[in-house]
Amino acid sequence: MKIHEYQAKQLLAKYGVPTPKGKVATTVEEAKAVSREIDSFPMVVKAQVHVGGRGKAGGVKLAQSHEEVAEHAAAILGMDIKGITVRKVLIEPGIDIQQEIYLGVILDRATQRPVIMACAEGGVEIEELAKTKPDAILKLGIPPTYGLRPHHINEVATFLKIPKSALADFRAILKGLIEAFYATDGSLAEINPLVITGSGHAIACDAKFNFDDNALYKHPEVSEMRDDGEEEPLEVEAREKGINYVKLDGKIGCIVNGAGLAMGTMDIVKHYGGEPANFLDIGGGAKSEQVAQALQLITSDPNVNTIFFNIFGGIVRCDLVAEGILTALKTLPDFNYPIVIRLSGTNDEKAREMLKDTDLIIAPTMSEGAQKAVEISHRAA
Amino acid sequence: MAILVDDNTRLLIQGITGREGEFHGSQMKAYGTNVVAGVTPGKGGQTALEDVPVFNTVREAVKETQCNSSIIYVPARFAADAALEAIEAGIKMVIIISEGIPTLEMMTVFHEAKRLGVIGPNCPGVISPGKAKCGIMPGHIHKPGRIGVVSRSGTLTYEIVWELTRNGIGQSTCIGIGGDPIIGTTHLDSLRMFNEDPDTDAVVMIGEIGGTAEEEAAEWVKENMNKPVAGFIAGLTAPPGKRMGHAGAIISGGSGTAQEKIRVLKECGIATMERPDEVAGILQDLLGAKA
Repeated sequence: MKIHEYQAKQLLAKYGVPTPKGKVATTVEEAKAVSREIDSFPMVVKAQVHVGGRGKAGGVKLAQSHEEVAEHAAAILGMDIKGITVRKVLIEPGIDIQQEIYLGVILDRATQRPVIMACAEGGVEIEELAKTKPDAILKLGIPPTYGLRPHHINEVATFLKIPKSALADFRAILKGLIEAFYATDGSLAEINPLVITGSGHAIACDAKFNFDDNALYKHPEVSEMRDDGEEEPLEVEAREKGINYVKLDGKIGCIVNGAGLAMGTMDIVKHYGGEPANFLDIGGGAKSEQVAQALQLITSDPNVNTIFFNIFGGIVRCDLVAEGILTALKTLPDFNYPIVIRLSGTNDEKAREMLKDTDLIIAPTMSEGAQKAVEISHRAA
Repeated sequence: MAILVDDNTRLLIQGITGREGEFHGSQMKAYGTNVVAGVTPGKGGQTALEDVPVFNTVREAVKETQCNSSIIYVPARFAADAALEAIEAGIKMVIIISEGIPTLEMMTVFHEAKRLGVIGPNCPGVISPGKAKCGIMPGHIHKPGRIGVVSRSGTLTYEIVWELTRNGIGQSTCIGIGGDPIIGTTHLDSLRMFNEDPDTDAVVMIGEIGGTAEEEAAEWVKENMNKPVAGFIAGLTAPPGKRMGHAGAIISGGSGTAQEKIRVLKECGIATMERPDEVAGILQDLLGAKA
């Protein structure tokens, strides 16, 4: 799960990380009020969206007067950044930037522990730095048994050549970052840039925080920060129904049991020249209610013109899945999309027998099913 | 022979009295797996699956039944603790089926287990066809034989195994290593075991987007493997930054793409396929008359 910059900063501030004293506004009027409250120039107006590249898109602007804050807020609110409409701006006092540093912590897949990442050249994306200057990045694993210790902080500070005047701030920042990460089951937390100011202090100028979805049940306060408006509406609806769904841009709606096979199904549709409309894992059961929900979800996407069921019956018997589909279709009387269905595995012959007098187009294999779905989709387009 | 599970497996089921544990427990028994014990705290003294003794703790189960492997079906929020209990009681291999375990908790488990003793989490388990089935996979789609299979996914693996079986190609062991970002036994670990297994002639490695485990395995294959390897990678059409069902299936920061994995696999001499139904043909090419 992702949160906004202002939420990440609020979280970090709770753990003792120095952050600019800013506030969020959702309207120009609110922005004016925040501007008067902060009353210190320059001030910065920042779009709050879950995608990177805000600066380049014109979503971060410096203001020298209350009027300018209002103008920038008016321009940024409602702006479209990579397909997401900006609904909130963060307004903060500007920072006198002497140096920009990258500081982050991630759950490292390879070493199986949280790893601190640091680079004296911040302000750009770490992935970019990793490609261009891999030696400029320090990676320091945190031992699972005893956690972050003073010598780790010293190692990072030494690597970054933190000036003496900023050391106390830096220690608080790194300690707070790691504490917040463990306390909330983070999966990635970044302060980028961490700024050394003209007066020699350190402060978190921008922050990003992602959380481990598997651990959200432990942290209701984290779940509350979720902003559904940042996500694809159909994906929000799917999540509420407990369906694993990701929207794509194609025309062939895919309903599959199992995540790996669902990905494989999208790929094979593409392989045969079609465009998948979605990733959808219906899970093991494929009961009629789930099938009906999945069909409704997929056909809420106006691009979809064909449905492709790809079911491998293992423990779940194909005849039960077929029954589920037939029952689901009865609950959707106006359903008129062409459906290609491939059922293989346990009791597949019985399942195909059950479906033979329906309008469903039965395919014996995954490849043939994908080919048929692509053919029908092209014809319908 | 085979790897990980075989006729010597004495299996403990943690969560044996739960819905999943009971259902899959009976399926495993029906397949011929030697299920010797179950654990459900508070239900010690009962029997489950007709004749399997249930214990309150793993230590008791080990003492009374000499179980040497464990499979965990308990709900995600209790699963990491169940795994730690098994490891502390001396169980050498713990298979974690449960999906949704917090990653930081799993990191503690891996640290304690030195990683290799754990399969999963969020995995379908391990089967050595004709010998033992420790997992949730449908037993009947498998066939005893000499091909090793290792995969991060469930149904995609069944699809490929089924292609092998219906073309008359049997399997030595099929390992589902799990769809989480951080797992115990990896692709590389599995390939190393298959390489040393005299009853495995070739391996099918099935991967997907996210992380770099497939690339690391491929580099190892290039240097060390003396058996042919075929590969399939799912997620060519997956958009970046989106989790595709599995917690670990996500392209982040431009890394972990299927395109890159396929490129590295090919570079390392692994025969990659574009569709699951090419697997039998590829193995026949690789092994000639042996397949």
